[in-house]
Amino acid sequence: MAGASAFHLGGDHAHRFESRAATRETPLVKWLILGLSLTFFVIFLLMPLIAVFVEAFRKGWETYITALVEPDALSAIRLTLLAAVISVPLNLVFGVCAAWAIAKFEFRGKQFLITLIDLPFSVSPVIAGLVFVLLFGAQGWFGSWLSDKDIRIIFAVPGIVLATVFVTFPFIARELIPLMQAQGREEEEAAVVLGARGLQTFWYVTLPNIKWGLMYGVILCNARAMGEFGAVSVVSGHIRGQTNTLPLHVEILYNEYQFAAAFAAASVLAVLALVTLVIKTWVENRAAQSHKDANRDDAS
Amino acid sequence: MSIQVKDIHKQFGSFVALDKVSLEFPTGELVALLGPSGCGKTTLLRIIAGLESADSGQVLLDGEDASGTHVRERQVGFVFQHYALFRHMTVFDNVAFGMRMKPRSQRPSDKQIRTKVHDLLKLVQLDWLADRFPAQLSGGQRQRIALARALAVEPRVMLLDEPFGALDAKVRKELRRWLRNLHDELHITSIFVTHDQEEALEVADREVQMDHGKVEQIGTPEEVYRHPATPFVYSFLGSVNLFHGRIEGETVQVGEDVLSHMPHDFDHGAEVVAFARPHELDIVIDGEAGNGVAARISRILAFGVTARVELDGLNGATGQHFEVEITRARVLELGLAQGQAVRLMPSRLKLFEREVVGGVLQ
Repeated sequence: MAGASAFHLGGDHAHRFESRAATRETPLVKWLILGLSLTFFVIFLLMPLIAVFVEAFRKGWETYITALVEPDALSAIRLTLLAAVISVPLNLVFGVCAAWAIAKFEFRGKQFLITLIDLPFSVSPVIAGLVFVLLFGAQGWFGSWLSDKDIRIIFAVPGIVLATVFVTFPFIARELIPLMQAQGREEEEAAVVLGARGLQTFWYVTLPNIKWGLMYGVILCNARAMGEFGAVSVVSGHIRGQTNTLPLHVEILYNEYQFAAAFAAASVLAVLALVTLVIKTWVENRAAQSHKDANRDDAS
Repeated sequence: MSIQVKDIHKQFGSFVALDKVSLEFPTGELVALLGPSGCGKTTLLRIIAGLESADSGQVLLDGEDASGTHVRERQVGFVFQHYALFRHMTVFDNVAFGMRMKPRSQRPSDKQIRTKVHDLLKLVQLDWLADRFPAQLSGGQRQRIALARALAVEPRVMLLDEPFGALDAKVRKELRRWLRNLHDELHITSIFVTHDQEEALEVADREVQMDHGKVEQIGTPEEVYRHPATPFVYSFLGSVNLFHGRIEGETVQVGEDVLSHMPHDFDHGAEVVAFARPHELDIVIDGEAGNGVAARISRILAFGVTARVELDGLNGATGQHFEVEITRARVLELGLAQGQAVRLMPSRLKLFEREVVGGVLQ
């Protein structure tokens, strides 16, 4: 992701720009740019966040708590967590496998595979959802076969999980591919020559080298898994207490003019997002640290 | 353990990296694989290690065909040009890695591992770095750790892929000497790849000169340097001056000039290329026409005891550049100056037939 490469540009660089006459801007330009970005930040990022919490607590604590412990809300939270708990580990395995294959092996159709991995990013989530309806829905390709076997996918939990897995697939693979490509094969070769078996090499050499990138991918993947709306909305069927995830629950409440409850549910998502951001920042710092070490490694 | 390769052929697409190479590396020797980049030396080393597989041919370790043996069972030590240390492990863990990866039944105890690692670190004189991470070491230290790590699994052969290639000149020189001493101590059959003739000369018992996927010459570094078998080897092993000429009885005719010959077995009239090292040429200031090759001094570099004189060819050798090494005292004695026309007289010439050179040097 862009973020992964951007975080290496720390204060060092900014400081250098400031101290060098050639790249120093006049105070006017500096404050203008700063002011513009801060204004934008406040209006488009900070205000909505505050609004969510203000609206959530407008009718007081009791209403807030009630809105969250109500069975439908609890079921939505449970389903959201379930979707994340299933799709993140799945994509962890898929992502590592795909990245491994792309970074370490030469094979025909590699470029095609890389493009394919990006598909969930480039396609609208609604279409992703529709695809699953077309495949597994009552009128879909496998529809009659599934109904014979009495398996429900669309308008049920499996559909939601499937859609979530699809939408969040690229995060981990995308994060790992450039990382693993940059690291090359030498350390693994060294391990093999020293007698390590395949799994040992992966566990003791490959994994420790990619752990921060992997963690970063997992966090992004998780954030998207919990927040996904479009694809899930199509396959869910919006059955209260059964196939509603938290984002869908928010929408339903909002459409029913239960603003306080809608915002209460939204605030849970917002808190999850904030926690994710904090963890993400921490991981980034650690990753930048190990990146710095690696650079020192190259420099000498 | 002896290593033998038989008819090894390896191709990457249409590029032939190794063309039916057969070689023998006797037990206990330190052999240098020498050649320009792209000559196939690293590929050969990786095939011996088992990191790469040959299209055809065999690798024999101790007389046994190792083609079916996986890298991890070949018991080879491999040292990479860029060290390939495990960056997230301390020096100690790096060296211990090979022992810890052994199947439980063969794995030494923690205590044994600790003793062994410290012994190896002492051997490479870096015992005090055990708790550091690779990033905290200098290039030379890293390569010594890499060597200790390779030795930890008690390899039957050591394979070193341009082990000093990434180091600066001074450290490289130190490490060469150190590696030679280490080899004299351990006597493990070793092959190391290099493109540096000086390195081969200083470290190796024997050198294998390679070019374009083929072996050009095998011998002690001194033999190869003194008696290069082909024009390629001659010009690869140091600075050269070359003269194109024709055999005229007892002399070599270079344009209008004549170089006196040494005994040779070329036919009268044969087209030849004559080579002379910079120190094998002498400068004559008042030589008669027809004896020696005429040239004009373009630059004199006299810093130390030896001076380097650069010259441009005249007459038959117009457009060619020559380089002569003589003592600084001799430069003063002759009163050489820039722009002066002189004659070059070789004290030793090495002749090759012109056809052999075809396209390689010109």
